Amino acid sequence: MKEKQNFTVSVYTENNVGILNRLSAIFLKRHINIESMTVSKSEIDDVHRFTFVVIVPKTLIRKVVGQLEKQIEVIRAFYHTEDEIIYNETALFKISSEHLYDETIQNKMKFRRAHIIAITENYFVIEASGYKADIDNMYEKLKPYGLLQFVRSGRIAITRPKMAISELLQEIN
Amino acid sequence: MKETLTIQRQIKDTQTTERISGSEAIIKCLLAEDIDILYGYPGGAIMPVYDELYKYQDKIHHVLARHEQGATHAAQGFARISGRVGVCIATSGPGATNLITGIADAQIDSTPMVCITGQVGSHLLGSDAFQETDIIGISTPVTKWNYQITKASEIPEIMAKAFYIAKSGRPGPVLVDITKDAQFEEFDFKYEKCTKVRSYKAVPDTDISKVKEAADVINEAKKPMIVWGQGVILGEAEEELTAVIEKAGIPSAWTILGASAIPTEHPLNIGMVGMHGNYAPNKLTNECDVLIAIGMRFDDRVTGNLETYAKQAKVIHFEIDPAEIDKNVKTDVAVLGDSKDSLTQLLPLLNENKHSKWLQKFKDLYAIEFEEVIKNDLHPTKEGLTMGEVLKEINTQTKGEAAIVSDVGQHQMIACRYAEFKNTRSNITSGGLGTMGFGLPAAIGAKMAAPEREVISISGDGGYQMTIQELGTIFQQKAAVKIVVLNNDFLGMVRQWQQLFFDKRYASTEMTNPDFVAIAKGYYLNARRVTKREELADAVKEMIESKEAYFLEVCVEKEDNVFPMIPTGASVSDIRLK
Repeated sequence: MKEKQNFTVSVYTENNVGILNRLSAIFLKRHINIESMTVSKSEIDDVHRFTFVVIVPKTLIRKVVGQLEKQIEVIRAFYHTEDEIIYNETALFKISSEHLYDETIQNKMKFRRAHIIAITENYFVIEASGYKADIDNMYEKLKPYGLLQFVRSGRIAITRPKMAISELLQEIN
Repeated sequence: MKETLTIQRQIKDTQTTERISGSEAIIKCLLAEDIDILYGYPGGAIMPVYDELYKYQDKIHHVLARHEQGATHAAQGFARISGRVGVCIATSGPGATNLITGIADAQIDSTPMVCITGQVGSHLLGSDAFQETDIIGISTPVTKWNYQITKASEIPEIMAKAFYIAKSGRPGPVLVDITKDAQFEEFDFKYEKCTKVRSYKAVPDTDISKVKEAADVINEAKKPMIVWGQGVILGEAEEELTAVIEKAGIPSAWTILGASAIPTEHPLNIGMVGMHGNYAPNKLTNECDVLIAIGMRFDDRVTGNLETYAKQAKVIHFEIDPAEIDKNVKTDVAVLGDSKDSLTQLLPLLNENKHSKWLQKFKDLYAIEFEEVIKNDLHPTKEGLTMGEVLKEINTQTKGEAAIVSDVGQHQMIACRYAEFKNTRSNITSGGLGTMGFGLPAAIGAKMAAPEREVISISGDGGYQMTIQELGTIFQQKAAVKIVVLNNDFLGMVRQWQQLFFDKRYASTEMTNPDFVAIAKGYYLNARRVTKREELADAVKEMIESKEAYFLEVCVEKEDNVFPMIPTGASVSDIRLK
């Protein structure tokens, strides 16, 4: 039970200033590092969705999610294991244009979801999306060409099981 | 026709709203929430509100504390004795940060409190302006909710929400920060009380099948034991709990914050659990077959080592806060909901029972504790005065009718162990946070909320000096608080640990104290010092008979220890008697 694993935590909240502070304080209190975080609107009007990825034991995630959900402006919080979600991350790689016609780099880009989204005189930008491991792999491959810049988004995730959030909102609205 | 309608609508609107300033609106919100007393300290960023307090002084009484921390503890004392929301008010910057200890205390002890802080003008936010501090950021981890108001029009809704959140469900502190421009700004005021917040469920629904499951487990139990906490007091479920324990004949112990919910002398009241609790309930926690926790949260000071805590028992947890379920102790049956409702539903499902043999075990262990500890505390034969005998004298002379407001440390454990309570909401102490300095100001708030009650503040010489300046508040407000300082010239609890676990290396625990009686007299309070046993009864009598505030210093034995004791990390059943 003490074994750590990846959990994706989805927190539906009101759209107010300061909620991130309140949520991150709960992770901070338990000394949990947030691996990734994404904030966006959700499928429900005026409701925001925070998606956190944390690596913790299962016994702990239940407690943390309970404490997240307890916050006044949190509507519901859920946690899911990797096999319960469909998820994705996006990354951008900025590389000097001298490598643009390099065949080896072209081969490396054959990774299923990578393409060039910008080309200028000095550089070009590759966008790749997929699992973290895919992007890490691509990172390693492109690193020898000299990455001018690299950035990766937080995880976004949709659950396979239904989340009873919309019904709940209808009920309390 | 259309014009007439518009005019009619305008007339209607002016009947329900009025154009006032943000600061006047704050006062009107407080009045609408039946607040007639608040504790605070003025300063630049909150001056418009104080100006309104001046105008409304016949309707709302402002108590000027001597430090904002004192104001928070006074508001807590007010809330704890009355069940009403305590309100405090302070300026921005240092005024606001000085509230934090009290807010953190209220958060961990589930005390309903609303704190109002002034803030620099909204155009200055983030500019490191004079007395600007990010009090929202600072207070977030220690508040149930907080909000920064930058427009006067937000005031009614936010204030209504603040009171609703502070007092509903599991209560807690709420902080509302209001920029100075919002205090000046005029707007059309209209107040409506808040009755729900869509993202917040104050009280979870009670699942009757869980209540039945709990009843079945209790009915089958041979050696059941109840541990109740403050949830019983907050839920006003004292009568329901009494009915449950009497019907099912269950020996029942309490956490420090649950004290006084059931009278001390009740035959099924078996005392306090926890680090310095009673021998029997701690020992038998690891022997009961069913442990029924009601409105308590299995604090580490209660459970000792979790790996060995009540492992043999089925655990039933009655709790209002879903996040507390399985947080520390794995439960077999969790009954969510308000304690009053849950216990009301439980009562008819319980079989009548006596458990006399099992209860006798508690009595037998009490006899051992009496011989080893209690006798020496309450009926000492040695020369030095004990803290216990002071409590015993107070019990005798107040007949258990007093509200005891304790600080933090040895005297607190002694007060909670030995104070006799006839009435609920009589034990006011800082349990979760363990805030030294809590006692004296909390007693002020308690006395003002319940002027008809005898309120006795019991402190040690350490904690007393952390908020000693509140003697000024007592004097100015003519609050008839009775103040007892049990002086051993040491930070006694830390010294005790140094003696037991650090080979008597008394690092910075010895205190060179001032003349406490002279200080009290400096604030024009009646004051007396007792150093001999034969003076004690007379001094306590004089204190109780005083119609005004009274200060009593009792010089007690310097190096007495509080026992029983569960050493940190030990099991509850390894509780030491010496």
